[in-house]
Order: sequence, then structure tokens, then C-alpha cells
Amino acid sequence: MNIHEYQGKEVLKQYGVVVPEGKVAFTVDEAVEAAKELGTSVVVVKAQIHAGGRGKAGGVKVAKNLDEVRAYASEILGKVLVTHQTGPEGKEVKRLLIEQGCDIKKEYYVGVVVDRATGCVVMMASEEGGMDIEEVAEHSPEKIIKEVVDPAVGLLPFQAQRLAYAINIPKELIRKTVQFMTALYTAFVEKDCSIAEINPLVVTGDGNVMALDAKLNFDSNALYRHKDIQALRDLDEEDAKEIEASKYDLSYIALDGNIGCMVNGAGLAMATMDIIKHFGGEPANFLDVGGGATKEKVTEAFKILLSDDNVKGIFVNIFGGIMRCDVIAEGVVAAARELGLQRPLVVRLEGTNVELGKQILNESGLNLVAADSMSDGAQKIVALVK
Amino acid sequence: MSILINKDTKVITQGITGQTGLFHTKGALDYGTQMVGGVTPGKGGTNVDITLENGDTKSLPVFNTVREAVDATGATVSVIYVPPAFAADSIMEAVEAELDLVICITEGIPVLDMVRVKRYMEGKKTRLIGPNCPGVITPDEIKIGIMPGYIHRKGHVGVVSRSGTLTYEAVHQLTTRGIGQSTAVGIGGDPVKGSEFIDILSLFNEDPDTYAVIMIGEIGGTAEEEAAEWIKANMTKPVVGFIGGATAPPGKRMGHAGAIISGGKGTASEKIATLEACGIKVAPTPSDMGSTLVGVLEEKGLLEKCKTH
Repeated sequence: MNIHEYQGKEVLKQYGVVVPEGKVAFTVDEAVEAAKELGTSVVVVKAQIHAGGRGKAGGVKVAKNLDEVRAYASEILGKVLVTHQTGPEGKEVKRLLIEQGCDIKKEYYVGVVVDRATGCVVMMASEEGGMDIEEVAEHSPEKIIKEVVDPAVGLLPFQAQRLAYAINIPKELIRKTVQFMTALYTAFVEKDCSIAEINPLVVTGDGNVMALDAKLNFDSNALYRHKDIQALRDLDEEDAKEIEASKYDLSYIALDGNIGCMVNGAGLAMATMDIIKHFGGEPANFLDVGGGATKEKVTEAFKILLSDDNVKGIFVNIFGGIMRCDVIAEGVVAAARELGLQRPLVVRLEGTNVELGKQILNESGLNLVAADSMSDGAQKIVALVK
Repeated sequence: MSILINKDTKVITQGITGQTGLFHTKGALDYGTQMVGGVTPGKGGTNVDITLENGDTKSLPVFNTVREAVDATGATVSVIYVPPAFAADSIMEAVEAELDLVICITEGIPVLDMVRVKRYMEGKKTRLIGPNCPGVITPDEIKIGIMPGYIHRKGHVGVVSRSGTLTYEAVHQLTTRGIGQSTAVGIGGDPVKGSEFIDILSLFNEDPDTYAVIMIGEIGGTAEEEAAEWIKANMTKPVVGFIGGATAPPGKRMGHAGAIISGGKGTASEKIATLEACGIKVAPTPSDMGSTLVGVLEEKGLLEKCKTH
């Protein structure tokens, strides 16, 4: 799960990570009020959306007085920002972070992730702060320094020091940087983050080490033990169909194509998208109905597919293991009856109770096309939506 | 022969009194697996009575701890169906009880719990498969997990996969072509897990009854690339591959916690290129996994040896 920058900074602050003073604003008046309260000569007006690249898209402005705060806040609130992470449709700005300006001497990068190869948490740091770290990783990987953390003891002070020295933090600020990194690691572990990225980490003219930006992602499997983090979820930032799907414990991702897919199992669902594309079609979504789906769950999944106007046809691809084919068939029939199926439907069933499933579909009187294999089904649906 | 498990393996179920645990314990018994007991804290001293497909009833003892279950039954393998919040602890309990193998089916374990589990397992004898996996099956001998047993046939092709249903798809394609399987192993879709491709590939390499292997990977991480390099350097048997997720957009998690393209890394095209560079034939679509293997078996003169039915 993603949260906004201002929320991330509030979480980090609880652990002693130094961040600039700031306040969230939902209206222009609130923005001006927040700037007044901060009382610094310069404030930064920052658009809060769940995507990077805000600065380049005009979502971050430095204001030197309250009139400028008002002007920038009016300009940014309600604006649709298009960044490399939002897609071409962009994201409307509904919240602002009003933050004290600070005297930046130099920018660095610090990130924390779970590394698959070692099965450990890894802290990464770089002197190339403020830049797209993926570009740094590609062009000068030697500029990214890593420390693998032993979960039994956590990030050790010498590791943080080693990182701080390696990225050339000024000598007199090493101690503060070590404190910063230790606090960041603790926040990462205690809140079950999947990513914590500080880009940039800055050292300031008055000798501070602070997080000028903060991107926190959380492990959705661990949210059950963090009610405080759950409360930070902003549904405005999520796809409506994805929200609907999550209510029924369905794994759904919206894509750009026109063939709706309903599949059981994440691997098979991905492979189904691939094979549609292979035969010249475009999948409209990833949808995994999971292993233990009920008739109701299948019906809801079907409704979500049909609610998407881009969907010109549907491909159901089920390999029943625990998931019985007759259950899938009943769900498909129930949904199609309830919603009135106008679009082509191709169904490929295999696995447990497959004959019964096929019989239910055949006797339903629905206008559907049966397929013998994944490739047969994919070719049929691609032809039908053309 | 087979890898990891065979007809003599004795198995306990952790979480045996839960709905899922009970359902799949019955499925394993129906398949012929030697299920010898189970663990549910607080239910020790009771029995679960399971009515099998053939009408027989099997009564399995329930224990409070894995240690007690192992001492009483002589089990060497455990399968875990406990809910995600408690699953990491269950794995570590099984490791502490010195089981040979632990298969964790549970989906949705927090990744930092698995980081601790991996650390805890260092230097200990237990091997872990999963979590978030379908389990392991040696056809006609033993089934531990949630896969539909009837699609499998005993034979000589090993299957190893990060995805459950895609494993069934591959097995089905083999079986319908008359090619049986030695053992099929689902290693699971999580980023931090017990066994990686290389661990399983090396077992298949040493198993005299496995003549070839299908390896099914997906986007995210670099395990397939590492496996490909390992295969090139060490594997004496042909391996064919498939990589799911060629059309997945970056930054979106495709169901599995591990299936995400991040930082431009872990894409299907990179993986396919590495596999091919290491001499591994990659099926162009998931429908071609079986036929791709058949092609390679033919080329190597192994097809007749692999035909089992």
C-alpha cells in the first residue's frame, strides 16, 4: 500500500527521522494558514499524489510570501499532474503539503528494500541524490552503496557509518546521518514497509540531516497488524475497480486493452495476458479469483469485468485444483444472467469437475464459446473482439 | 526414484483442525500419502476422524506441538496450512523439531516474517518449500499440498515452478502427451522463500529417475537468471523454461508478492534472453510448455524413455 509524502514523513518522525516542519492542506485557505503557522520566510507548496516526478510536472513550487503561497496553492490544487508514473491520464491533486523551506547544501539518496537474493533487508545509499535512482543504478551502479542487514541484530552503527562515509557525508554530520539511518531502518521494520525511499536526503546550511522527500510503501500482507497505517489509505488514489475487487478478496489490476480476463492463480493469470497478446489481442486486466473462490466471488469478478466499458469480450481461463470447475461455471452463469451478457465470452475450463462445469455452461443457454486449451481460447477471443 | 518425498515419507499437518488443513489432509490421504498426525495448539490429545473417498475412516492423532507429534509418529515432513499471521512461527517450530522438510502452503505471510524465518533456518537441517506454494507431488506415491492429484502420472520429467496453476497447466500438457513426471515442486510466489530454483534443480540433477526438467518462472527478481547460469554450468539434463508476465506493466504487483517489475529489473524479456543465452529452450506461450519439452526430448533422443503411458 502507498501513502502520501506528508503521511510518510509523519510516520518517520515518530521514529526520530528528521523531516522539515510541514502541514497538509486540502484547500487554498488551509494552505495559507499552514504557511502562516510555519512562519518561515520560504515555504514549499508540494502536490500530494501517489506518484513520483511531481517536481518536473509542476507540482512543487517555492513560495517567498503568503501571496505566492495562495497563488501556487490555487494553481496546483485541482490540477491534473501527468508524470512518468501517473500514466497519460494523470492524477488530480487534492492535497498539498505546505513545508518550511530549507537551505540545502547537498542532496543524497537513501533507500531501504527487502532484497530477494539475500532474503534480507538492504539499505542503499548514494551521493547522487535527487536524481532518478533507477537511472543511477543503470549508468553508474558503483555509485550505489549497499549494506545487507542481519535481521537478528538490525542495522549496526558501523554499517550506517560505512554508508555515510561512502557517500561523502561531511565529517561533522556523520553522527547525525547514522542516527537518521538507524531511525529509518527501525521505522521500516516496525511498520512492515516494503520500500522506504528518501530522495533526497539533504544536509542543510544549519547542520541538519533530513528527509526532504519520503516515499513509503507497506507490505499489504502485514497491514493487519498496523491499524494506524491502514487508516492512511487514500482511496482517491486507487482505481475504483481495484478497490471493488479488493472487497471480495480478488486480485485485480486494470490494464489498457479490451479483453477482460478471469483466471485462477496469479501465474496462470499473467500467462493468460501473455497469450492474448501473443495472438494479437490486448488484455484489459489481470484478475486472479484465487484458489478458494465461491460462486458469489466469481459473480462479483464477472461484474467488475462487465463494468469496464473498454472490455469488448471476456476470456475465462480456469485450471481447477481446489477451485472446482462447476463452481466457476455456476458463477459465470449467474453473473451473465443477472447482468445480461452482450459481449463475446470464451470459456476454457480444465481440472476438477470439468465435465460438470462444461455441462452447466452448455445447458445455460448462454451465448458462449468453449475452448479446448489456453491457446485455442486466446485465439477465439482475439478473433471475436476484432 | 523421485526428489524430496516418496511413498515411505511420513507427514504431519500443522493446522490440521482448520478447514483448509483438514480438507487437504483428506486429499493427501485419498492420494495415498502417509499422513500420520497433525498439530493444533490446544487440541492436543484429540483425534480427527477423516472419511476417505473409498469409504474408510482414518483417525489421526492431534498434538499441541510439533516436537510431540514428531516423537510420537516418526514424521519427517510437515505441511503447513495455518493462517498467515501465525505461519512464520509454525515454520520455525517445525525447523526446531528437526524435520527434514517443511512445506508451507499458506499465502500472505508478511515478508519481514520470512526474513526472520530465513535467518532462523541458517545452519539448521530443515529444508523449506514455499510459502505461498501448491506443494510437492511424486505421482502415484505421495501428494503434499493443494494440487489436483489426478492430472499427474508417474514418470521422468521434473517440474519446478513459482506458480501453482501454471504448474498444473504444465503437468496437464505433459500427461496428455504421454509423459509422466518424477516430482513436481511449487517453490512459491513470494519474494523471500525457503527454496529457490537452483536448490530444486540440483536435486533433479542428482535424481537418476529424472531425465529432463521444466522450469516455470515469472517476472520479478533474478532467480531465473541465476538458475539459467547454474544450469549452463552444472546441469547434465535438458531443461526447458517458460516465463510468465511478459505483458505485465512495471510497478504493478501481479497477484504474487514476488511478481513485480521494479527498477526496470525482473522483466520477462530479460529473463527469456538469459535463459536462451544459457541454452535453455523457452516456450513461446504457456500453451507450448509441453510441446517445447517434447521437441527437446526428441532432439536429445530421450522421448521414448520419457513416454510412460
